[in-house]
Amino acid sequence: MEFKNANQLTEICSNNNIPISEAMIQCEMFISQKSREEIISQMTHSYNIMKKSVYRALSEDLKSIGGLIGGEAKKILNRGKNNKSVCGTLMNKAIGYAMGVLEVNTSMGLIVAAPTAGASGVIPGVFIALQEEFNFTDETMTKMLFNAGAIGYLITRNATVSGAEGGCQAEVGSASAMAASAIIELMDGDVQKCLDASSTALANILGLVCDPIAGLVEVPCQKRNALGASNAMISAEITLSGIVNRVPFDEMVTAMYNVGRSLPFELRETALGGIAATPTGCRLCKSIL
Amino acid sequence: MISVFDVIGPNMIGPSSSHTAGALRIALMAKNLVSVPIEEVEFILYGSFAKTYKGHGTDKALLAGILRMNTEDEHIKDALEIAKSKGLKYKFTIDESPINSHPNTVKIIINKNVSVVGESIGGGNIKIIEINNIKVEFTGEYSTLIVKQYDKKGVLAHITHCLSEYEINIAFLKLYREEKGQKAYTVIEADQKINSDVIDEIKQNQFIIDVNLIEVK
Repeated sequence: MEFKNANQLTEICSNNNIPISEAMIQCEMFISQKSREEIISQMTHSYNIMKKSVYRALSEDLKSIGGLIGGEAKKILNRGKNNKSVCGTLMNKAIGYAMGVLEVNTSMGLIVAAPTAGASGVIPGVFIALQEEFNFTDETMTKMLFNAGAIGYLITRNATVSGAEGGCQAEVGSASAMAASAIIELMDGDVQKCLDASSTALANILGLVCDPIAGLVEVPCQKRNALGASNAMISAEITLSGIVNRVPFDEMVTAMYNVGRSLPFELRETALGGIAATPTGCRLCKSIL
Repeated sequence: MISVFDVIGPNMIGPSSSHTAGALRIALMAKNLVSVPIEEVEFILYGSFAKTYKGHGTDKALLAGILRMNTEDEHIKDALEIAKSKGLKYKFTIDESPINSHPNTVKIIINKNVSVVGESIGGGNIKIIEINNIKVEFTGEYSTLIVKQYDKKGVLAHITHCLSEYEINIAFLKLYREEKGQKAYTVIEADQKINSDVIDEIKQNQFIIDVNLIEVK
């Protein structure tokens, strides 16, 4: 039940009449030689950590090590409560939660790197906002993590999810593509639509550089997690509306990889270019390190 | 092969898989190489570790590894205080001279007499490249047995015989030595878990100085 690319995944799903989440569960059973129960309970543990990280950011005052971020999730959620959010309740929650997880991450709290620590807010942001607004069960959400995992698995196999190798498009872009696909399955969309939404999400963030101030996972990483969460929802909405996706997922992954590898060294997590190299970025760096 | 839990995971204490989780795992491996209680430890930080260790909590993660915490432990951020309360002496030294190894490199000196050099190579994965100034190379992905011995004939045969008696399959084996007839290390990475009976039997040989088992993952 192994799959190397989206074509093979699609074939497995259509031959067995199963969704992407189920194909990933069966692939993991094959690779790890563990039972379905063990694998699902391990993923339930991961989803619980995601939820805890979101709620910690809303209930505690967290201080990042570098001191550049802290308290953002609460501010966004407070704004959402007075019904004046320009994003609407669902999006307000998704971006607030995504930013909250980065607060937990940078204050040395427990997170799930999905697929990386730098992009760890995107999936919890989208998942927990959707669960709350549409009343999905934990069981359903945990299953959807396997769908997201399948997309991340394909990107890891055929390209990269590392910022040092492919820039922010590889970290937040991948997380966004993973979340977009999961939203489609959650909303009863078919396998092709999952892949289309992922492809759209990658396309929208293509070329985004990795340029953290002082090399820390704070600025601009936290806001880019909000971008990744909203982009997942935008991409899912576009796809669910029946709008055609012109470039298939596998080709988009290759495009992302090629763009990543052609990014100059300064724009791949070295803190030597982009925002990190602005006069303000350099000044902040000196005051922190 | 990639597991879905490499993608939705690892579950870890932030902020950085290479600067925090990886650093902790190097220290945990170093700790496992020492059989006696640890009274003092010095960390020499190179490359990117030297420049950004404070901003990434690398110092806390390293000490947490020596204190045997795992990468999910929420007390990692309190490691400096915990070390103090336990009377563990620690020191961080910055070495900004150019290095040939990976940018995230640390040398850990335990009780002034054991030294381990490790690299954090990304995603929380690591490589140990030096033990007591002898070049080695292993990752801790497998059950790893580190045998400290004298470079005498028959020692290796004794070790492999013990392992095969307990039906342990050797995935990788390498022998490293200072000079002919002096101290040497055999590093064995095995497919199966290695239990204490095997280790006791290996220790029976008169030329074996010490045996340590590393199981991190």
